[in-house]
Amino acid sequence: MTLEMTPRAYAEQRFLKPFYYILLFTMALTGFGQMPIFKRYYIADIPGMGWLAHYYTTHYFHYIGAIILFGLFAYAVVVYFGLMRKQFQLTWAAYVRIAILALITITGIFRVLKNLPDVVFSPLFTMVIDISHLAFMMFLMIFGILFMVLKKGWMVEK
Amino acid sequence: MSKQISRRSFLKGSLVAACATCASQVPLPASAKSKSGQELATLIDIRKCIGCEACVEACREVNDFKYPEPEKPFPKMYPNRVKVADWSDEEGREVRDRLTPYNWLTIQWATVEVDGEETEVSFPRRCMHCQNPPCADLCPWGAARKLENGITVIHSDICLGGKKCQVVCPWNIPQRQTGVGLYLDILPSLAGNGVMYKCDRCYNRIAEGEMPACIEECPEDVQIIGPRDEIVREAHRLAEEEGVYIYGETENGGTNTLYVSPVPYETLNQAISKGPGQPHFDKVEDQMAHADNLAKAMLIAPLAGLAAAVGRVYKASKKLGDNTGEAS
Repeated sequence: MTLEMTPRAYAEQRFLKPFYYILLFTMALTGFGQMPIFKRYYIADIPGMGWLAHYYTTHYFHYIGAIILFGLFAYAVVVYFGLMRKQFQLTWAAYVRIAILALITITGIFRVLKNLPDVVFSPLFTMVIDISHLAFMMFLMIFGILFMVLKKGWMVEK
Repeated sequence: MSKQISRRSFLKGSLVAACATCASQVPLPASAKSKSGQELATLIDIRKCIGCEACVEACREVNDFKYPEPEKPFPKMYPNRVKVADWSDEEGREVRDRLTPYNWLTIQWATVEVDGEETEVSFPRRCMHCQNPPCADLCPWGAARKLENGITVIHSDICLGGKKCQVVCPWNIPQRQTGVGLYLDILPSLAGNGVMYKCDRCYNRIAEGEMPACIEECPEDVQIIGPRDEIVREAHRLAEEEGVYIYGETENGGTNTLYVSPVPYETLNQAISKGPGQPHFDKVEDQMAHADNLAKAMLIAPLAGLAAAVGRVYKASKKLGDNTGEAS
């Protein structure tokens, strides 16, 4: 007799999703904080939100968020292929999310590279990277809301 | 806004005019040209500056075509806390005692004791052209950027005037002019507020093999320009042989503008007027150092996630195997 692990038996299904959403929200917040909008529009005046007007602080948190996100991505990929793939499969909505996340990650990596000393990109490339990083994040938010309305999760049972 | 016309400007005007007339477009000497991959730096010898403002006038003359010509009336901006920054009237354009969108180089004065004698020293101040410029790194729009030859420029066609570059600059160098630039074509009332301006070290002249105007027109050869390692070597030679103090070599992780002074910069810093458009001479830590260290951590993060996941999969597989064994 073979003891099959029943679906939803993985701890990751409980903690990864909320962790991912909190992280993504923080990344979006600190990412938008790179633009001079929070002070202009009084958001930084809300008690406890003053840090959003400090560019170095939001930049620092954005980098820390990226570090955690990179670790999370690696963890999720290995756990999915090593543990969950036998019982679950990714939905088409998951593939869309993954594609957008990959684009955000790639443009983010180039943005980090640009910020290193002695790394100089052409003005056009710099602009493309800056604007596309922001645009892909907006896409992720739009598709995230859309998939939530359509009730399209990441995985379905096989 | 300080809109005081420099008391010296009229007197010095004649000197500047003479310089401008006499000096042909001096080519960038071969020794000052950037070798492949090398950044160009300038060395400003404070001991030589007589405060004649020839550099200021030369800068204004050659960069005049880059200055903003704002459209008026300015669009009404929301919310009300968004302030107009306007230097475009006749009085504003004439300001020379601080940095403005129309004055990218200013002369600072300090009365200090040199060799036991009270001495008035002067020195040009402008963008330091950092080696890792926070203004370019943190510009959300890609308008501020660093060139391969070490110059940091702000593209007036792209800049939205959010002033982030000024806030993150350790010396608060860039200055804003409202009513000009790309923001007028997007959401002028809701986002942006003009264009930021600062010294671009005559990047267009350097690209054509000419000297920056402030260096070319200086009658006292206060500034020299060359590959950064040579400029640093020269600053060290002067420090060793003549006992001068160096500023800019390590400030903000290293800049492409080095000063040598006969007095320590703490002394100089206490004696100068500081404030908007009047940069300090404080010690400045590398503002991007934390980000650079975190960037390295980004390389390790996936490996940590990978290791944790492999451990998790191994443990789960082992548990599954044990359970299977018990069941059979």
